[in-house]
Amino acid sequence: MRRIVAILLLIIVAVGISLSLAKIPFGSPETKAGRYYIDEGIKETGATNIVTSVVVNYRAFDTLGEVTVLFIAAIGLGAVLTASVGEETRKTEPASLVLYTGCRLLFPLILIFGTYIFIHGHLSPGGGFQGGAIIASGFLLIYLGCRERRISQKASKLAESLGGLVFVIIGLLGLVFGGYFLLNFLPKGTANALFSAGIIPIIYIAIGFKVGSELASIIDNLIEES
Amino acid sequence: MIFVVSFLVFLMLVGAVAASIFRDLISTVIAAALVSLIAAILFYLLQAPDVAMAEAAIGAALTAAIFIIAIRRTKRYEE
Repeated sequence: MRRIVAILLLIIVAVGISLSLAKIPFGSPETKAGRYYIDEGIKETGATNIVTSVVVNYRAFDTLGEVTVLFIAAIGLGAVLTASVGEETRKTEPASLVLYTGCRLLFPLILIFGTYIFIHGHLSPGGGFQGGAIIASGFLLIYLGCRERRISQKASKLAESLGGLVFVIIGLLGLVFGGYFLLNFLPKGTANALFSAGIIPIIYIAIGFKVGSELASIIDNLIEES
Repeated sequence: MIFVVSFLVFLMLVGAVAASIFRDLISTVIAAALVSLIAAILFYLLQAPDVAMAEAAIGAALTAAIFIIAIRRTKRYEE
């Protein structure tokens, strides 16, 4: 009986959602703000990737909040896990030769790819968050393949703090030079060049370092604990 | 195009249902990672490559790894 009621409820919810979603025309009209970003984005920010210009220029303050949330999550996880640190170190058998060699060959390539993603965040798809996540997945591979290797906690903390610091300092410099927080005060340069778009690449590199080291340290904490 | 997208959505549904049915939690994590991976492909096909990258790296790789580490600490099979 309960099962039938649950299935009926699910069907009603599914029909409701699909009917209401069918009313929304998919992808065709933009809102006024969206049109504005598409038309004026490249001129105003110098970034060819509109998504980046919204994330790091028009809505940079939101991004600062987002980065802070991730930071607090990583700190909280570290606090919870290191509070109950036990002495027992489980014996881990070494990974197979294929995995070991493969991860040693792939790790630098993954790092380079992640770095490429966040350095070119203002030109091509991707950016600090994506690049950071790719770098963290590279560290995950190292943890799986070369078990005796560990990233140094000090270096990861340093990269994380430097990333956050650069973000906030750039924002404050905008306050100093132009009168509001996170103003794009550097010259925009020519669109499509690597050195263009003012503060956007700098902030995205900082975010890349920060996100990469945070996610890697989350995985490090979890693996250390298990 | 519409057929490709519908096929991928169907696969996604299969993965999601499988994830809720399996008793072996490792298989569940793999099925959930499959859902994320197909979501990433769909994002790419629907011209949102930025989101696709984040979804593929975080949803398919890192989340699955974190779940597997958690399962290693607890039980592998659900009663």
